[in-house]
Amino acid sequence: MLEKMIFGRFIPGDSFIHRLDARAKLIFVFLFIAVVFIANNWITYAILVLFTFLIIRMSRIRLYFLVNGLKPVVILIIFTFLLHLFFTREGAIIFEWKFLRIYEEGLRQGIFISIRFFVLVILTSILTLTTTPISITDALETLLNPLKKWKLPVHELALMMSISLRFIPTLMDETDKIMKAQMARGSDMTTGSMKERMNAIVPLLIPLFVSAFKRAEDLATAMEVRGYKGGEGRTRYRKLEWATKDTVIIVILLILAIILVYFRS
Amino acid sequence: MDITLQQVSYAYAKNTPFEKRALYDVDLHIPSGSYQAIIGHTGSGKSTVLQHLNALLKPTEGSIKIGDVEVKAEKKSKQLRKVRQKVGIVFQFPEHQLFDETVLKDIMFGPMNFGVSEEEAKRRAIDLVKLLGLPDEVLEKSPFDLSGGQMRRVAIAGVLAMNPEVLVLDEPTAGLDPRGRKEIMDLFYHLHKEKGLTTVLVTHSMEDAARYADRIAIMHDGKCVLAGTPQEIFSDEVRLMDYRLELPQSIKFQKKVEQMMEKKLPVLCLTEEMLAEELAQFLKKEREL
Repeated sequence: MLEKMIFGRFIPGDSFIHRLDARAKLIFVFLFIAVVFIANNWITYAILVLFTFLIIRMSRIRLYFLVNGLKPVVILIIFTFLLHLFFTREGAIIFEWKFLRIYEEGLRQGIFISIRFFVLVILTSILTLTTTPISITDALETLLNPLKKWKLPVHELALMMSISLRFIPTLMDETDKIMKAQMARGSDMTTGSMKERMNAIVPLLIPLFVSAFKRAEDLATAMEVRGYKGGEGRTRYRKLEWATKDTVIIVILLILAIILVYFRS
Repeated sequence: MDITLQQVSYAYAKNTPFEKRALYDVDLHIPSGSYQAIIGHTGSGKSTVLQHLNALLKPTEGSIKIGDVEVKAEKKSKQLRKVRQKVGIVFQFPEHQLFDETVLKDIMFGPMNFGVSEEEAKRRAIDLVKLLGLPDEVLEKSPFDLSGGQMRRVAIAGVLAMNPEVLVLDEPTAGLDPRGRKEIMDLFYHLHKEKGLTTVLVTHSMEDAARYADRIAIMHDGKCVLAGTPQEIFSDEVRLMDYRLELPQSIKFQKKVEQMMEKKLPVLCLTEEMLAEELAQFLKKEREL
């Protein structure tokens, strides 16, 4: 059951997107979030969708797999769509039934917001699906490096992030194992009333916490034993290398922004 | 309770890029009341088979009959609770599943989930703590205050408290000291005989398999490649080597002795005691001649 979760998982591959520098991808996604907000009419949104599909093609990730990973977000998208649909009161009325009134502008806004959501979620999923968590943290560390001047513990933050990312699969496995052990003892987490299910979670969470704390302690000891003393003077095993293609992808994004500004109303 | 695996195949994370086949067409019949060992090197699919015995995993293809319940891919989980009550699994490092405030409550968790009354569950817990050689005081202690070996015993008690008809053991003694190992394995054997349990032992230890099991199955690369009595299995050393397995110590020793004396003992000695006995008799006969 847990093995179906794909959120935040890396799929090895050798596409153009896979080979980009993690920093480039990170900057790209952050800029893209801003660029998405330029779009405000049908043509600009169409361009955005087209662009997203182009990126999906380039990442060579199977579409159905991406859609599968989007399932949890779909509810949120539908919810915001309905919110805009019913609560925007502008333009002509296109549908009326008792107290329900749907306005033209509401429909338009609903669709636009959904597209915005969709495009953002897909692009960020592509980032995590094509980049190893380790390179994402490395990239984040180098990008945040200037903030060290203001005493921000950048290295420690990055280390915390990579440790937590590293332990997600371990904890997932652990959860699966303990869940099975308790199921074998007759605990039932999938049926029964809300209260029963809540109660069934306790035998899962307590062993999980206990083992997580034990692991944390073991890790701390292991790091200390091997003389870990923070980021000062530390060299890297994996070097991030900025190539021409990384500059190209950022430039492409800027061109997209210019096109969108040109076509926006 | 008879258990029959028919053409069981299993794939983890089916229909994703992470799909991984773990079992291929496994056929295995475990008759009621037998002691079945499943051996194989790491990653051979032993643990996957084990999780099928309790319907924690459902086969992607094929079927498993556990008593009179048939488990298939499309079977709904509801009917499987009956199976879980009758099949107790002691997982690897079972102490990881302890969670309750006191040892007593933790042992009572299993039986009470299956509708056993509180008094009955309590009675079983008290009996089992004694049976597993733990002092009475532990009942009121937190399971997290116990030593590793004691935690293991409490966790085992938690499974036994469900009064299973089938006991499935996944390396139950991994990480214990030699004396603790022997005590626990002997206890399982004693329960097996006394209560007429069907026991399935998944193990790396050829010695345990040879000593306790009356049937052995070998798993290799997700397939069940060989099944038979310990005598049959351990008489073919070359084949064992193919599956990266070894002979039990006693048989190794027997082979060396046979080589030195250039004579053969009449039987394959599965335990040290048996070997000592056979050797003594053999030497006596030699002397008489």
